[in-house]
Amino acid sequence: MKKRMVSILLMAAMTTGCLTGCGGSSGGSGANQAGTAEEGRVINIYCWNNEFRERVEAVYPEVAETSKDGTVTTLKDGTEIHWIVNPNQDGVYQQKLDEALLKQADAAADEKVDIFLSETDYVNKYTDAEADVAMPLSDLGIDPETDLADQYEFTKVTASDVNGVQRGSTWQCCPGLLVYRRDIAREVFGTDDPEEIGEKVKDWDTMELTAQELSAKGYFTFASYADTFRLYGNSIGEPWVKAGEDKICVDQKIMDWVEDSKRWLDAGYLDKTIKGQWNADWNQAMGSSSKVFAFLFPAWGIDFTLKPNWDGDTGMWAVTNPPQEYNWGGSYIHACTGTDNPQHVKDIILSLTANKENLLKISKDFSDFTNTQSSMREAARDDKNFSSEFLGGQNAFGYFSPVAENIVMAPLSAYDQGCVELIQNSFSDYLQGQVDFDKAKTNFETAILERYPEITQVQWPE
Amino acid sequence: MKSKGPNYFRSIFAHVTLVILSFMCLFFFYILFVNATRSHGDLQKGFSALPGAYLFKNLSNVANDGSFPMLRGIGNSLLVSGLSAAICTYFSALTAYGLYAYNFKLKKAAFTFIMAILVMPTQVTAMGFLRLITNMGMYDSLLPLIIPSIASPSVFYFMYSYLESSLPMSLVEAARIDGSGEFRTFNSIVLPITKPAIAVQAIFTFVGSWNNYFVPALVIQSKEKMTVPILIATLRGADYMNFDMGKIYTMIMVAIVPIILVYLFLSKYIIAGVTLGGVKE
Amino acid sequence: MKPKRKKIDYSKWGYIFILPFFLCFFIFSFIPLMDTIRYSFFEYYRSGIKEIGPNFIGMENYVSLLKSDMFKYAGNTLILWIIGFIPQIVIALMLAEWFVDARLKIHGTQFFKVVIYLPNLIMASAFAMLFFTMFSTNGPINSILMSLGWTAQPIDFLGSVWGTRSLVGFMNFLMWFGNTTIMLMAAIMGISPDIFEASELDGCNSFQRFFSITLPLIRPILAYTLITSIIGGLQMFDVPQILTNGQGTPDRTSMTLIMFLNSHLKSKNYGMAGALSVYLFIVSGILCFFVYRMTNNGDLDGSKAAAKKAKREKRG
Repeated sequence: MKKRMVSILLMAAMTTGCLTGCGGSSGGSGANQAGTAEEGRVINIYCWNNEFRERVEAVYPEVAETSKDGTVTTLKDGTEIHWIVNPNQDGVYQQKLDEALLKQADAAADEKVDIFLSETDYVNKYTDAEADVAMPLSDLGIDPETDLADQYEFTKVTASDVNGVQRGSTWQCCPGLLVYRRDIAREVFGTDDPEEIGEKVKDWDTMELTAQELSAKGYFTFASYADTFRLYGNSIGEPWVKAGEDKICVDQKIMDWVEDSKRWLDAGYLDKTIKGQWNADWNQAMGSSSKVFAFLFPAWGIDFTLKPNWDGDTGMWAVTNPPQEYNWGGSYIHACTGTDNPQHVKDIILSLTANKENLLKISKDFSDFTNTQSSMREAARDDKNFSSEFLGGQNAFGYFSPVAENIVMAPLSAYDQGCVELIQNSFSDYLQGQVDFDKAKTNFETAILERYPEITQVQWPE
Repeated sequence: MKSKGPNYFRSIFAHVTLVILSFMCLFFFYILFVNATRSHGDLQKGFSALPGAYLFKNLSNVANDGSFPMLRGIGNSLLVSGLSAAICTYFSALTAYGLYAYNFKLKKAAFTFIMAILVMPTQVTAMGFLRLITNMGMYDSLLPLIIPSIASPSVFYFMYSYLESSLPMSLVEAARIDGSGEFRTFNSIVLPITKPAIAVQAIFTFVGSWNNYFVPALVIQSKEKMTVPILIATLRGADYMNFDMGKIYTMIMVAIVPIILVYLFLSKYIIAGVTLGGVKE
Repeated sequence: MKPKRKKIDYSKWGYIFILPFFLCFFIFSFIPLMDTIRYSFFEYYRSGIKEIGPNFIGMENYVSLLKSDMFKYAGNTLILWIIGFIPQIVIALMLAEWFVDARLKIHGTQFFKVVIYLPNLIMASAFAMLFFTMFSTNGPINSILMSLGWTAQPIDFLGSVWGTRSLVGFMNFLMWFGNTTIMLMAAIMGISPDIFEASELDGCNSFQRFFSITLPLIRPILAYTLITSIIGGLQMFDVPQILTNGQGTPDRTSMTLIMFLNSHLKSKNYGMAGALSVYLFIVSGILCFFVYRMTNNGDLDGSKAAAKKAKREKRG
């Protein structure tokens, strides 16, 4: 064991050594021209699906071609990007990434992680100043103040450590909307106009009256109780775990979600047969034979989840404002400490997260809501280029843009993913009537202590 | 007359039961096959009893998906399972022969020891195993999935019982008189005699190794070394970018087809091998 | 087997032949086992990307496990095993008896044998994945049941305690009954036909024959089946893990011991996982000791070998 500890210490020493070393020799932006001669031949990128690769291919000008199976992208100068993809769910991606990061210092140059991605749910774990696995952007020669000035402020805060040093950058920000079926709206409310429907879902109280109307005609408002979780989870006042503490605080908002979901489920506003998200039942709820009126999705959800699952005529969906502003997802790009390709990494980050034209192109090609304020305001007005056929000709950006500007990021902690996942798991037994409320609480405590051995207690709101 | 009556009804009952059980066994494979021939959109519309026309599209989707290297996985699984089966049966037979044919001081102790570890679940050593192979530099390699199968107490036990009942020591003595060395005796006389037992155990070991999920999931890290069960397990955690049910069903099908093919070719041998003793009469 | 004195001493060959086995066991099982036991006395885990420990904490891991839901998971494991094992052994005995009974004139014996053995070859993870999609609330099974008019509402198989448990049991049954059938069949075939003929002359009917001749004579194989099944049951992991996504839902009622161990391994809690492993090791040892005693009356290696011998003698 001692050997192991020594090697970890060594690694820590070596990485800090390397950092200062690299900083010294490259001399800040001086390295820009020094160019590719010293760069490694392989850029290893850790991510959880093809999303990032497709965007790199679309806008990074150096891309030459990608192999047919999607594992290697060759750049014009011959450098290869190796995509290391592991599924996000169940912590698999983080587990594999952590293994690689622990070996980072000893790895051969071409084996080193150069870029890795993280999600809002756990970005905090990797931007941690002490762990120092994600390089500060300034060490790469990127100045967040000027280079990233046009980004939405909350995305920059999210990617920063406790000292305010930004250690990652994103191309997307994920304001969420309410997406609803036009045919059901016409039948129940006599109109499918987004403005009018928006009035009917403007806050939770109005929403519940609307749910009653839908239920009377035999429709469910949402598919599952998991669909509304983000809206509550995003508005917590305190982080799940405060820095330096070993106690999980469950926010009152989360308990509100449990209470409201139970009421909604018992009243028949939600479909009892659909348990959670990302399963076949939930997918089917997006089909034409389903009785579900609406989903709560950010831009990517509409494009990647709703659209492939919809089997009816195009133009049957529309978006409007959600009952509460929320943000769902967001992939952050980090330069990994110890990378042997700092120049390429810098180029990629700038080209994907700071170049207004590129981001507009991503918005057009992939319907992402991208991370430059000025261009998103333009898109919101530009109905000609940004209207969506799937949404019956509606320009969704008109609705996304105001939500994005109002997003206040819920306080994050490194434990968010586990907490969010396990609290939904534990309480879904309660919601389905399998266990009582107190048992669900105990089950959450058991599960969370198993996942995070360093946590010693769970504090519930009074 | 008297005995024919009840036997006739028992026979009908037996046939009906067998048909029902066989139906249960095959039904799930049929559904799997049907679903693998339909597109995600078709599957959304609900279940159908008849196959669709989407099989080849699904197959090419599976073959071309770099994040789930299925073909590579099958290759790895074949390699690991084949080698495991080979070395496991060989060394088990060797150990069994060593304990059966020779007398030595620690014989009884060795035998009792193996019988005692027969019950040890592999999982209890998983943690130490992981640390050990990491220290030995075999983390993320296929070797730790193969080599430990040399010590398989249950296969040893089977071989030992088999030798006891089918290898007369006189045969060994005769070979010795002919001047055969001990290893040669084992390889050219003992092994052929134990062939039926080896065949059966080789198949069991192969299948067990092919289906093993726990150890490979701990040991294997990189995509190109993954075996089939790990790839299948990652499907459970499907991501929204990969959520195509047609593809998932096709992948499961691809994962089990090779073993079914092998089985169908060898089934006679497998079943005959297990029941060899009685059939001969 | 009495080597004469003037003969060469072959005993060193015995050691040579069993060496690879013991060497391999020592390296890949014994050292890890000792390592596991050692760390069970330490506080030692991974927190995010930082490593905590190892700090020696004595029996603390053991104590906190006793306070946890470990016994509940042991109960779950037992229940899941029984649900699968009882039908498995009953059906297998029945089928084995039928297959060897020439008077029943079973048609297509080979076909049936091939088919019932088939599920045993399917990897548990793929099988569980398949069941998960098929038994989902709006999945194929529910569509079929509803179109047959057997149920008006879709049945929430995976949402109820016994639904999930039954599914796990059913899958274990399907995967293993063919294998057990063939094992038992071999054993029954090993019984001398003379005994059966004699019993027939004495006017034994099928039931008497089965209970007073077949069953006692195949006891060693039955014991073998029981032991392997218990070990398998204790190690139950793949099926419930994938069916419930590692959560043992609902209310952790289908969480098995190995799933519990796995969740500690996953959170890299080496100390806790070590202590749990030691418990498991002890339990499996005790279980098997009892089963041996029960079925073999303490005859550790004799009776199974004797049965095999009887079988082989018939052959030769």
